[in-house]
Amino acid sequence: MTSAIRPSVADGIDPFVELEKVTLTYGRGARTIPALGETSLKVGQGDFVALVGPSGCGKSTILKLVTGLIKATSGYVFVAGREVGAEPMRVGMAFQNPTLLPWLSIRDNVMLPLKIVEPFRHQYRAKRKTEFRDRVEALLAQVGLAGFGDKYPWQLSGGMMQRASLCRALIHDPQLLMLDEPFGALDQFTREELWAIMQDLWMSRRPTVLLVTHDLKEAGYLANRICVMRSRPGQIIEDKAVHFPRPRTIEVSYTPDFVAMTQHLRELIVSARPAKEAA
Amino acid sequence: MNSNLKRRLASAAFIIGFFVLWEIVCRAFHISDIIVPKPSQIIETLWMRMPQLWPHTLQTLYTTLVGFGFGILAGVAIGMLIGSSRLAYDVAYPLLIGFASIPKVAVVPIFVLWFGAGAVPAILTAMIMSLFPIVVNVATGLATTEPELEDVMKALRASKLEILWNVGLPRAMPYFFASLKVAVTLAFVGAVISETVASNRGIGNVMMIASASFDVPLVFAGLFILAGLGVSLYVIFSFIEARVTGWAMRKDEFAMG
Repeated sequence: MTSAIRPSVADGIDPFVELEKVTLTYGRGARTIPALGETSLKVGQGDFVALVGPSGCGKSTILKLVTGLIKATSGYVFVAGREVGAEPMRVGMAFQNPTLLPWLSIRDNVMLPLKIVEPFRHQYRAKRKTEFRDRVEALLAQVGLAGFGDKYPWQLSGGMMQRASLCRALIHDPQLLMLDEPFGALDQFTREELWAIMQDLWMSRRPTVLLVTHDLKEAGYLANRICVMRSRPGQIIEDKAVHFPRPRTIEVSYTPDFVAMTQHLRELIVSARPAKEAA
Repeated sequence: MNSNLKRRLASAAFIIGFFVLWEIVCRAFHISDIIVPKPSQIIETLWMRMPQLWPHTLQTLYTTLVGFGFGILAGVAIGMLIGSSRLAYDVAYPLLIGFASIPKVAVVPIFVLWFGAGAVPAILTAMIMSLFPIVVNVATGLATTEPELEDVMKALRASKLEILWNVGLPRAMPYFFASLKVAVTLAFVGAVISETVASNRGIGNVMMIASASFDVPLVFAGLFILAGLGVSLYVIFSFIEARVTGWAMRKDEFAMG
């Protein structure tokens, strides 16, 4: 694997995901709560963008807007050149909570998207599962879960469940991968292990990734671009490219350049917090 | 010796001890048969009059199971309807509680009025008795599905039906089976109540006639049969529950397949 990374899309050469002056307010009438102020964002195909910022700044809201789970109050969300929701696209999602189905084995959990998403669901019966099974086994092996397909979620550790959850998000070769703090609940060593796996998965499959995280080191390790947000109303205040060569290792995060970058981002976030919380 | 076996032995000893104590108390205080018969006498009655009791036992089992079957069908359907939308849940719940709190004995005469005495009122009573626990449990199981799980499915563009089939229903299964154990014993109560009031067949009817002629050992024999049937059905449904929803109790036997 080389470190050839497509340059980040700065000014709209065919962005895969585009938010155009999007706002979102909850509630109606006099008691509205602005969750997201006017936000524009362009993400190129196969790019890896991290969203960081204080809690409640609308990071997860952006993910939900891009997947079409919620509708923007104003503005437009485009994915692959079409307004979101207009036509089906393949999306994978992983959350802080692994959200595996406890009544299914790990293999069946990972296979779930293949039962639902076209064109796989059409082939699901015809192929008699064997081809899909191999596909699942291969992916499980790639994240270090070879041989765990028959286990049930409760028999696995938190880190292993999260790996399985990543597999489920990727099994149907999504064009778009949404990660909402997927490593947030793990201990530090497991987390760093999963960063390496995540980087590996991204480099071999190249989905377009939006990662929400609180961890600046995680953002620096994984992303090509880091968008810093402030809250009330949520807004992107800095869009920073990350230039460290791939594949990155945990050692990179201790270099002076990396530390300087995270420090800079950290100061931005602290200064962006609302005054009453900063006290 | 493992603790499981110990527990079972203790449980069996407790049951046997209960009847032995009953026997001893009856004998020691010379309690009349007309008030409380001795267990030995009840078993003797059961044995001697089994040819006479057997068709009635089958009748009660039949009305119970048919009523229970309808109860499951209706209960799951109503539960799915109520549980799959927040609005339906809020709207329908008060009425449901109202129906559930009506003493079911009170509706037997209505059923008799509509359908005449016999098996039909017994089946219907068994059905409405078993209906409510099933409805409430299925609805609760569906209504408490984690929102993130639904988000995962929605992001895959799954239809409402697919979400229900792949996530909602499997997730409601432990609630459903827990309710079946309760519902099947309630179905028994319903069938027997109805037989007691308006039927010429069934264990309920036998007990009614026996008590009118002061044949108290036969009344108790009827009770024994009912208890036996109730326990058997409970055991059967517990077994099915453990097989189907072992994941909810994180049983290793379930994971073995």
